[in-house]
Amino acid sequence: MNRIDKTFAALKAADRKALITYIMAGDPDIAGSLECAHELAKHADILEIGMPFTDPMADGPAIQAAGLRALANKVGVKEVLNFVQQFRSKNSDTPIVLMGYFNPVLAYGVDKFCNDCNNLGVDGLIVVDIPPEEADEIVPKAQQNNLSFIRLLTPTTDVDRAAKIAQNASGFLYYVSIAGVTGTASADPVKAGIHISTLRSKTDLPIVAGFGIKTASDASAMAAIADGVVVGSALVQAIADGANAQKLGELAASLASAVRTAKKAA
Amino acid sequence: MKANSFKNQPDENGHFGPYGGRYVAETLMPLILDVEKAWHAARGDDKFWEEFHALAADYIGRPSPLYFAAKTTQHLGGAKVYFKRDELNHTGAHKINHCLGQILVAKRMGKTRIIAETGAGQHGVATATVCALFDLPCTVFMGAEDVERQKPNVFRMKLLGAEVIPVTSGSATLKDAMNEALRHWVANVHDTYYLIGTVAGPHPYPEMVRDFQSVIGNELRDQMQQKEGRLPDTLVACIGGGSNAMGLFHPFLDDKSVNMVGVEAGGHGVDTDKHAASLSGGKPGVLHGMKSYFLQNEDGQITEAHSISAGLDYPGIGPEHAWLYDEKRVNYVSVTDDEALEAFKLMAKLEGIIPALEPSHAFAHVIKLAPTLPKDHIIVMNLCGRGDKDIFTVAEKLNVRIG
Repeated sequence: MNRIDKTFAALKAADRKALITYIMAGDPDIAGSLECAHELAKHADILEIGMPFTDPMADGPAIQAAGLRALANKVGVKEVLNFVQQFRSKNSDTPIVLMGYFNPVLAYGVDKFCNDCNNLGVDGLIVVDIPPEEADEIVPKAQQNNLSFIRLLTPTTDVDRAAKIAQNASGFLYYVSIAGVTGTASADPVKAGIHISTLRSKTDLPIVAGFGIKTASDASAMAAIADGVVVGSALVQAIADGANAQKLGELAASLASAVRTAKKAA
Repeated sequence: MKANSFKNQPDENGHFGPYGGRYVAETLMPLILDVEKAWHAARGDDKFWEEFHALAADYIGRPSPLYFAAKTTQHLGGAKVYFKRDELNHTGAHKINHCLGQILVAKRMGKTRIIAETGAGQHGVATATVCALFDLPCTVFMGAEDVERQKPNVFRMKLLGAEVIPVTSGSATLKDAMNEALRHWVANVHDTYYLIGTVAGPHPYPEMVRDFQSVIGNELRDQMQQKEGRLPDTLVACIGGGSNAMGLFHPFLDDKSVNMVGVEAGGHGVDTDKHAASLSGGKPGVLHGMKSYFLQNEDGQITEAHSISAGLDYPGIGPEHAWLYDEKRVNYVSVTDDEALEAFKLMAKLEGIIPALEPSHAFAHVIKLAPTLPKDHIIVMNLCGRGDKDIFTVAEKLNVRIG
């Protein structure tokens, strides 16, 4: 059991939903993003940390821009892992999921990456461009290193596909609540709710919803139908607009309270 | 299936040896699997090919002639040089071959709109052309920088009824246009077909585009039999993503006597940071849904390609080329901007043909190669595009003011 599994077990026992926040490592700079991460960890149950890539094909304008800012600060996989190590020196509890694209991981070395992630305190990975069809290249190594390999379910996923996706997933499943890239359209909780409930027949893992969740009221509505919500672009945009760590913490606090008071869908 | 064949790739998961595959976000996976299903059904259907070949003949103007370049042969003083004249196709390049094939697949899938990426605009024009023919709305993503550099093609696309969207994200060039097309596709999977412009992208695109472009090599085999009664000795083609080269090479991969040379864009030289030679100057990686060779830094961040030829200005290469490179079945070389420009000028004066800057790269290699070979050696170069679109770029390079 890694930190992610423990967190969801505790949430389940408390009958609560999870708030997962996303920021990009190295945006606005390493020290600034580290400070933000500590503030977010006071309110969020899990931290998702973006690894910058030049060609993020699943991301909308806000996260693309954050990636370019991080790259301008010369942040690559090595610096992201350093970031995690520094974060862990002050926080050994909050689960960390790294989210990014395969090429930088491949260049770093898949074995070394999974190994270092485990040693430095990473708990899960989302590699956007690794579908189950290409999983052999990284999933076994991730599992050997006690890393949850988190898979995406999407509006285009039917139940047969969901079964295939769930097969070698761990930690939680990430329901992409819009057909689109991050931070663009707003999610429709009714549609997402119906779909998520059909997908549940194929998995016992928690299902969290993300993409297109921007406000506390979005978060509350989605938390009612999923086991948690991910908020990314809205926080990343706040950083772009000059929000400091304290301001980001306040945003997370309001999201957290919205998620926690969300009523279960009937 | 033949044993020890170079022609039975990819495997069922779209892998060419270690390359290719389907490295896409989950939202696209169901659609990619649908495209594969529709393409494989079409491939096995005689009616599909009847329609393809009928339009290839009457609309594109196929077969393209095989031309013995007597003056070039005499000038170079070595091997016999032939040109496969795909620059005479409707729209002026080979791109129309795979556009026609793919739009027929899109129709079979019941898709009602088409998107495409384009660099120089040739693939965008060819896509807009078939969309006009089949009455489907067309949206073309083009790097903002390329929109500025390639105004005539932007205007052509608009005349043909396409919407051109300038892409300002990332570095605002071809790779970003492809990223943006993929992002748009993710958001519009239900009704949209992405018509990819080369033998790249996730499976089944590299295989599908290759099979449509193989019309080039298949025609050549018959034409060469008629003219010379034998196989050619050496095939030469330029490579950006690699569609014209793959179409020329693939039908001959198992003919051991046939040498093949792929010519990458060497820009200012592969030892500088300004070139587009993914094989000579890149390393294996994953981008745009495939594993292949890419220009990248040591952190796995994709770097910018450079070529005088916008059509070769891409930091990657199709996965089948990556495999053929590792297997050493095809020899890959590079040619600089300056060499290509000299070749461009020579062909215009010698043959009365203004070639596109892309096949000017292939011709620059023919200029080096032909004199070293005996007179009974037959080289065929794919003259995959005409140069009308490039006269502004060339004039600028030569410090000549036109227009």
